[in-house]
Amino acid sequence: MQSAIVIIGVTLITFTALQMSGDPTYLYVSERATEAEIQRTREALGFDKSLPEQYINFLGNLARGDFGNSLSYKRPAIEAVMEALPATLELTLFAMFLAIVVAIPLGVLASLNRGSAVDGSIMTMGMLGQSIPSFWLGIMMIMFFGLQLRILPISGHVPFIMPLIQGDFVRAFTNLPQTLYYLIMPGFAVAFYSISRNARLVRSSMLEVLGQDFVRTARSKGISERAVVIRHALRNAWLPVVTMIGLEFGFLIGGVVVVEMVFSWPGIGRLVFNAINQRDIPVVQAAVVTLALVFIALNLIVDLVYARIDPRVKL
Amino acid sequence: MSVETAGRPVIVTRPMSHRRREFRRAIRSMVQAKWPVVAALILICVAIAAIFGPWISPLDPNRQDIMMRLADPLTEGRRNAFFLLGTDGLGRDVLSRLLYGARVSLLVGICAILVGGTIGVIAGLLAGYFGGWIDDVIMRLGDIQLAFPFILLAIMFLVILGPGVMNIIIVLGVGQWVTYARIVRAQTLSIREKEYVEAARALGDPTFLIIFRTILPNIIAPLTVIASFNVASVILSEASLSFLGLGVPPDVPTWGAMLADSRDQLMANKWWLAFFPGMAIVLTVLSFNILGDWLRDFLDPRLKTMA
Repeated sequence: MQSAIVIIGVTLITFTALQMSGDPTYLYVSERATEAEIQRTREALGFDKSLPEQYINFLGNLARGDFGNSLSYKRPAIEAVMEALPATLELTLFAMFLAIVVAIPLGVLASLNRGSAVDGSIMTMGMLGQSIPSFWLGIMMIMFFGLQLRILPISGHVPFIMPLIQGDFVRAFTNLPQTLYYLIMPGFAVAFYSISRNARLVRSSMLEVLGQDFVRTARSKGISERAVVIRHALRNAWLPVVTMIGLEFGFLIGGVVVVEMVFSWPGIGRLVFNAINQRDIPVVQAAVVTLALVFIALNLIVDLVYARIDPRVKL
Repeated sequence: MSVETAGRPVIVTRPMSHRRREFRRAIRSMVQAKWPVVAALILICVAIAAIFGPWISPLDPNRQDIMMRLADPLTEGRRNAFFLLGTDGLGRDVLSRLLYGARVSLLVGICAILVGGTIGVIAGLLAGYFGGWIDDVIMRLGDIQLAFPFILLAIMFLVILGPGVMNIIIVLGVGQWVTYARIVRAQTLSIREKEYVEAARALGDPTFLIIFRTILPNIIAPLTVIASFNVASVILSEASLSFLGLGVPPDVPTWGAMLADSRDQLMANKWWLAFFPGMAIVLTVLSFNILGDWLRDFLDPRLKTMA
């Protein structure tokens, strides 16, 4: 239900954005277009009709994935976006993986050693992580690990999802180690912000749970500290965390768009950047709507996970 | 007959006003926590750079000197020019551009918060005070916006509207209103039933006076916390958008655009081009975050454990 509202909202916003530019026709023609050409485009795209009619048309086109032709590639914008999507998905999913897998142990560690040097340094890192622009982190990593130490590749991409879609599983999995190797730097640059936020969240959530009666009971029953932390405390502590992580994906996707630029990652972010420079509106639109759908899908998955780990929630 | 009592002069102390006492308490708590003081000092420096940029910057930030392209930091140029932080690919002085860059960052950060805060506070007050369908519509709109990766919206609007400080402020400002609306609404809901609001109503104050003069002053405090975190994230967003070339026109130096330019020299290992603007962003954003953290602890010690 929420997703449906969001999708309608997104289309309304996209539509309004177009109308706000005055006559949207001018966004779809080159600067040297003649008056006749402009008129032809206006009619072809239906911009001469009334606003409600235009919106219905717009929705129809959207449902068919038709955003019009890219102005610079002379082919459907959605095609260009779909080609770039797998690379972006790889980066996004890897960054999410890092944001969860690195953040939870750090947060737990900090909460168990509250007030100690370990806690202090993890919290300091958390504070720093929320203040560093992801693209700058990427540039600095390229300079240090790529150009100075020469231990990580500064750009390049080995596809994993693409061969997977094409059904070439052998190639996909022989590629995988390389894929991950090339993902380390961009993935970390994107994820650092989320790692910091999530670690802080896990810590505060854990602190709250650790002070509760059932944890004391578990301890007094003589259960090992490890089991208390993992089975009793963490299971309850990560409910708010899962919700927040879902919202975090929005930031993460924003980071992906910018970081792709730094590493010349052949994904939607780089596509959008080039489209921005050429004022290629159909491509920007197709990319934004596609990323929004990815975001919605990911949030749906988070909701499902939430329902699974918290038996109180019913979908 | 004298009325001198106990022979001692009575020391008349002017009672310290409530406001002043609060201020002293704030300063004391700040000094105790140490880091907020450092953060405040950094922000004062940034503000000085932003306000007095034209007077304190050593050179014109757009002056190109082809002979001095990519000069290392601490290079001496012609005509008494001294490039403390080096020059960029067009021979422009990095330090001067850095000082000017503070302007856009602070301006956008603060103005966007004012725009978003104003919309959010009004929306939240209305939603909280009136409830009913007004509440539903406002909060539903907020849900929709929060469910959408904000930076994508900003990109789309800026591509269509074109670059410019004003456009960035509006887009980033509108992006922030929901946070304020939610908090103000929650606060308004609880304050609405308080006796003094009841009293104002009984005295026949018009509704808008009740909302803005009786309720609003009582919910300002938590907003300052949100605002300081928000300035930090808006400055980060502005840097990202400038980096993508969606910021202000190219002749206005910004930290994000400086980083974008530095990409051309990445392979040449001209580290100062990327290092200094990045540090400027990090220090500014970090300072706002630290101040926000401290402010939250100061205003509401109960929240101390929360991240």
